[in-house]
Amino acid sequence: MVKTSLYDQANRYGAEPGGGAPTKAKITFVDSHGQARTVEGETGSTVMETARRNDIPEIPAECGGACACATCHVYVDEAWVEKAGKPSQMEEDMLDFAFDVKPNSRLSCQITVRPELDGLVVTTPSQQG
Amino acid sequence: MSETIETDALIVGAGPAGLFAVFELGLLDIRAHVIDILPRAGGQCSELYPEKPIYDIPGHPLVTGQGLTDNLLEQIKPFNPTFHFNEMVETLTPTGTPEQPSFEVTTDAGTKFKAKVVFVAAGGGSFQPKKPPIAGIDAYENKSVFYAVRRMEDFRDRDVVIVGGGDSALDWTLNLQPIAKSLTLVHRRDQFRAAPHSVNALQEHIAAKRVDFRLGQVTAIEGVDGELSSVTIRGNDNVDTVVSAHRMMPFFGLTMKLGPVADWGLNLHENLVPVDTEKFETNHPGIFAIGDINTYPGKLKLILCGFHEAALAAQKAHRYIFPDKKLLFQYTTSSTNLQKKLGV
Repeated sequence: MVKTSLYDQANRYGAEPGGGAPTKAKITFVDSHGQARTVEGETGSTVMETARRNDIPEIPAECGGACACATCHVYVDEAWVEKAGKPSQMEEDMLDFAFDVKPNSRLSCQITVRPELDGLVVTTPSQQG
Repeated sequence: MSETIETDALIVGAGPAGLFAVFELGLLDIRAHVIDILPRAGGQCSELYPEKPIYDIPGHPLVTGQGLTDNLLEQIKPFNPTFHFNEMVETLTPTGTPEQPSFEVTTDAGTKFKAKVVFVAAGGGSFQPKKPPIAGIDAYENKSVFYAVRRMEDFRDRDVVIVGGGDSALDWTLNLQPIAKSLTLVHRRDQFRAAPHSVNALQEHIAAKRVDFRLGQVTAIEGVDGELSSVTIRGNDNVDTVVSAHRMMPFFGLTMKLGPVADWGLNLHENLVPVDTEKFETNHPGIFAIGDINTYPGKLKLILCGFHEAALAAQKAHRYIFPDKKLLFQYTTSSTNLQKKLGV
């Protein structure tokens, strides 16, 4: 998988919007083979950025969070679908370029980590690009 | 296409780093040809985020991906580079010596080049069509499964299945419908992200049953020796339907693959090309790597870093191309020589 660009750009700035100390939320990524990895995401960052900072596999995020490539596709665990929210129109359009899209599909660059998402579970598809 | 194009510098990739390399090389009297797999200049800037603002280009508090590309094209105009779009470099063969490098380069379109130096500015690699995860699809590709139409005639009187709901899917549905025996369009939802007139034309075809529209996705394909006979469509209602199909075209956008860069004998580290930070030269003398494709201690994948890298690599390129000329460092603000080259 090609490691790409804009994510690192986002990572470089790394700071929290709105100042103040970020709080953490635990996020569990389950890969397509069923292996679970639980990491801490900082509130204000995105689920995709959290994945890349923690070397989570199966999320190449080629465009770096511009909602322009559909390679950070995840399935939100049913218990979390409501809290994670529905995709915006732009995200829904971009999901047309993902494979095997389901009702609980989201692009993880469009989910912002928030305190109420502490415990979020998402599954990654076997093929993104 | 058998004639070999001779050039001082060959730039692989027309993204911001590749475009600015034309400028830096041009100031040093080095002419360049530029190759890109995409149909236009700009690389990721134009392909992924043409309308999105970029905030960290020095001197530009805000510029869009397309705006930056347009400005770079304007800036390099005086050096009149030759672009070769829709082509991917396949082979890069060294023919010279470390002191006097020379390369033979061929593209997938059959174009041949002879270059004294090569600048690899390939970003994340080449943009290629996304291949859907359907078992055995490789065996059908370019025989009966296509990601682009090269010859319309290949679709005449065939049962054609098109997958997707964007502009490419709709354009080819509309173009192929008149000549195909049947046309089935498969998409995950009944909304289309395409030009309104295309969507309207499609809706008319669907209403008149000239296009068979199915909500769902293709989950399996069947055929013999690379020739499709049918595809299985899993509807959004989870019911599988087998549809006769001789040709299938999936349109899921583009993805970046490192591609043939891996075969050019360059050292690679996690799909990136290591370079030194004095000349941004690879392990092979005369081949430079600039922009997102390279790596070195402290590397940041920022457009501005690609610009800096282009400037320094051009200095070393000058020494290869004009070994007897002394390179005089000059500023565009004060050098009448440089200003003459820029036509100002």
